Amino acid sequence: MKNWKYFMMTSIVGSALLLGACSSDKEEGSKTSNSGATSSETNAGASEQLEGKLAGDGSSTVAPIMEAIVEEYTAVQPKVQVSVGVSGTGGGFEKFIAGETDFSNASREVKEEEAAKLKEAGIDYTEMKIAYDGLSIVVNKDNDWIEGLTVEQLKKVWVEDGKEKKWSDIDPSWPKEKIIYYSPGTASGTYDYFDEVILDGKDLVKKATLSEDDNVLVKGVQGDKNAIGFFGYAYYLANKDNLKIVKVGGVEPTNETIKSGEYTPLSRPLFVYVKNSAVKENAALYDFMKYALENAGEMAEAVGYVRTPDEDYKKDLDALEGLK
Amino acid sequence: MVKYVDHVQVVKRMNGRLVVNKMFKIVFLLATLFALAALGVLVYRMFDQGWGYLSADFITNFASRFPEKAGIKAALIGSMWLMVVVAPISLLLGVGTAIYLEEYAKQNRLNDFIRMNISNLAGVPSIVFGLLGLTIFVRSLALGKSVLAAGLTMSLLILPVIIVAAQEAIRAVPKELREASYGMGATKWQTILKVVLPSAVPGILTGSILALSRAVGETAPLVVLGIPVIVHFLPNGILSEFTALPMQIFDWAKRPQEEFQYVAAAGILVLMTFLVILNSIAVFIRNKFQNRY
Repeated sequence: MKNWKYFMMTSIVGSALLLGACSSDKEEGSKTSNSGATSSETNAGASEQLEGKLAGDGSSTVAPIMEAIVEEYTAVQPKVQVSVGVSGTGGGFEKFIAGETDFSNASREVKEEEAAKLKEAGIDYTEMKIAYDGLSIVVNKDNDWIEGLTVEQLKKVWVEDGKEKKWSDIDPSWPKEKIIYYSPGTASGTYDYFDEVILDGKDLVKKATLSEDDNVLVKGVQGDKNAIGFFGYAYYLANKDNLKIVKVGGVEPTNETIKSGEYTPLSRPLFVYVKNSAVKENAALYDFMKYALENAGEMAEAVGYVRTPDEDYKKDLDALEGLK
Repeated sequence: MVKYVDHVQVVKRMNGRLVVNKMFKIVFLLATLFALAALGVLVYRMFDQGWGYLSADFITNFASRFPEKAGIKAALIGSMWLMVVVAPISLLLGVGTAIYLEEYAKQNRLNDFIRMNISNLAGVPSIVFGLLGLTIFVRSLALGKSVLAAGLTMSLLILPVIIVAAQEAIRAVPKELREASYGMGATKWQTILKVVLPSAVPGILTGSILALSRAVGETAPLVVLGIPVIVHFLPNGILSEFTALPMQIFDWAKRPQEEFQYVAAAGILVLMTFLVILNSIAVFIRNKFQNRY
C-alpha cells in the first residue's frame, strides 16, 4: 500500500514536469520543421533566409520602436532570433561594454566614461539615429496660468536652490502655490538628457517624485493642480486629453516641430549603437540593422515618435554598408 | 462547609470575559476579511480590465505593437521552461540538504551555524540573488541570459524555503516509525528511503510547490539578470534566451498607450491561472496523502 502511494506520488510529479517540458518541445519541433520547409522553398526566391541570433538591450524609450521592428522582421526572417532587453540606456550600455549585446538602444548619446570603457574593452561601435523624440513638459489640465515657459524659466523651476519654490517665484502674477514635481528616474536617458540641456549639471529639485515608470508621472501630474512633469512625447500623445502641454520658448512639440528641430533644446534623437565587429561576423545582424533603418521611420510614427529626416537614415545605411 | 466558588463573583466577572472574547473574535475576523477583501478587489480589477483581451489568440500570439494583437506565447512557454530547470534542481538540492541536516548531521556548532544561515538566506532580498546570478552564472560561467542561468538563480532563491519546508516535514515523521524500521534491521538509508521520505512527501511537496510559485512570479532577479523582453521566438533548449511572464507584464504596464494596461491585466490573469494550477496541485497532494497513520 505504502509503495503504491509512493509510486503514485513520483509519477504525478514526474508527469507534471514532463508535460511542461513536452508541450514546449512540441511547439518548438513543429516550428523548426515548418520554417525548415519554407526556407528550402524560398531559398530560390528573392530574399535569402538567414539564420542566427542577435541580442540588444537598452532604453525603455526606444523599446516600443524596437518591438515594432522585431515584430515585422520576424515575419520576414523567422529563423533569426532577435532578443531585446529593456534595462534603460545606462543598463544597456553596461551590457554592451560587457560584450553581452550586439547593439544598444539609447535615448541619449554615449557618455564619455562609457565610451572610454568601450574603448578599453576593444569594442568599436557605430551610432545610428533611429527616430526623434520631443521631451514634453506637461502641467495639470486645470492649470490656467501657464501657456509656455522659456528655457530660463524651466531652469528656475527645476534647479535645486535650497528653498521651497512657489509658482509665484517664477512669475509674480502666478498663484502662491507650492510647485509639485514629477521626473523620470536618474537611470533613464530622459533624465540625463534633461539634466544636460536644462539643468546644466546642477541638481534637480530634491522635492521631485522620481519614477522609472512614466505612467506614474502621468498619473501624478493629472492628480495635482500645481504639478509639473516631463517625459517622452509618446506618453504625452497617449494622454493628450488629460494633460496640458507647455510650450518651450514659444514652440509646442508636434511631429513637425520635433522633426525640424524647431522644438529646441528638448527635441532629441534616439540612437541605436551597433558593434562593428558583430556586423562583420553576423550576417543576420547586418540584415536586421538594414531592415531597422529602412523601416524605423514608419515604425517610430506608429508608436508615437517622430521619424528622422530621410537623409539621416540614408547616411546611417551607408555607414552600415561600410561595416559589412 | 467552605465555599470554594463564589457564584455572585463568577457571574459578575463572566460578562466582562464574554465581551472580551467576542471582541477578539470580531477583531480576528476583520483581520481575515481585510486580506480577503484586498485580494477580491485585486482579482476583480484584473478581470474587469483584462477579460476583454483574454482569448485563444492571446495565448498563441507573440507580443505586438498593436494591443489587440499582442500575445503572451513567448513569456508563457519561457516560464514553463524556467520551471523545467528550477523544479528538479531546487527539489534535489533542497530535499538532499534537508535529509542531511535532519537525519545525518550531528548536533554541533558547525551544523547549527549552517542551519542558522539557511534561515537567514530565506530573508535575503530577491534582488541580491539576481546580482549573484548575474556575476556567477551570466558572466563568470558565461551562460548568458539563458533559461539555465535564470533557472539556477531562481533555484538559489527558493532553496532556503524548500529546505526549511522539507526539514519540517521530515521532523514531523514520528520517531516510532523510524525505530520500528531500525528494529526490523533496516539500515539508515533504507529507513530514509522507505519510511521517512514517503511519510514526508506531502509536506515536502506542499512547501516546494509554494516555493516554485514564488519562482514563477519573481521579477526582480530577472530584471537584474537582464532577461530580454522583446522576444519573438521560443527557447529551443536550456541554453537559449527567453522571456518570462512577469517580465512581459512589467513591460506592458510601463507602455504609454492605455490599452497596454489592459493587455498587462490579461497577462496577470494568465500568470494567476498558472499559479492557481500550481497551488491546487499542492492542495491536492496534501489532501490525498495526509494522515497516513
